[in-house]
Amino acid sequence: MIKVVLLLLFFICCSTGGEIAMTHGMKQVGEPGSFHPVAILRFLGSAARNSWVWLALPLLAVSFYSLLILLSWAPLSLVIPASSFNYVVGTFGAKYILGEDVTFKRWAGVVMVCMGVTLVLITG
Amino acid sequence: MSHERRLRFKTLFMVLLMVVCANVGDLLLKRGMLQIGAVQVSLTGLWHALLSTTHNGTIWLGIIFLTAFTLCYMTAVSWADYSYVMPAGAFGYAVQTTLAVVILHEMVTPKRWVGVVLICIGVLLVGQTKPSTTNVPPVAS
Repeated sequence: MIKVVLLLLFFICCSTGGEIAMTHGMKQVGEPGSFHPVAILRFLGSAARNSWVWLALPLLAVSFYSLLILLSWAPLSLVIPASSFNYVVGTFGAKYILGEDVTFKRWAGVVMVCMGVTLVLITG
Repeated sequence: MSHERRLRFKTLFMVLLMVVCANVGDLLLKRGMLQIGAVQVSLTGLWHALLSTTHNGTIWLGIIFLTAFTLCYMTAVSWADYSYVMPAGAFGYAVQTTLAVVILHEMVTPKRWVGVVLICIGVLLVGQTKPSTTNVPPVAS
């Protein structure tokens, strides 16, 4: 059981950390000037030169594989609610690391989405 | 159109593209893997599966859609809040359930419908907040 809990924590850290690093990197890159192919290529080129994006990609890959391992170790009824908890942890990260203004309405929405995703995936 | 309204519109449009690309990509990968058959967990089995996937057009199409999903996600978070894009993307689960009922005529339990309703209310609540609460990012150069 301890190894499942440790891997769950590892998965949540990698997944949330990867997404926060990706958001931070993309904020540094900036939005594409337009949706013209040249502007999109310039946008992708800037993203490919950003170190936060390169930090995010392996973290997201590791989180994906740790989720697969978790699914082979523990029942779906434990793994799915725990992975849906990512929405809550991610929102904390957005507030305290990225400095986003998370209002009560957004928190309420995130908690509802978290509960809803848990119900849909468990009953799927 | 005001700046905030334009921002909300283009963020929700990008989230919608993310949902479509992720769902179509998953469906194509599933179809491609069914064409290949069950993968044997051995060195030769994995090598055979790798060769089969590289020669399967459906899987390549699936990979293209999933790459498009990643690009849409990266684009969306370049201007919008992570705490806005992430829960809004969960709308895909509601779309999947509805498609399963309408197209595949699957039976869906009441508990799952409750989940879909909760996701929809949650996405609506998040959608009403400001899409971006941090400094306006620069244009990529």
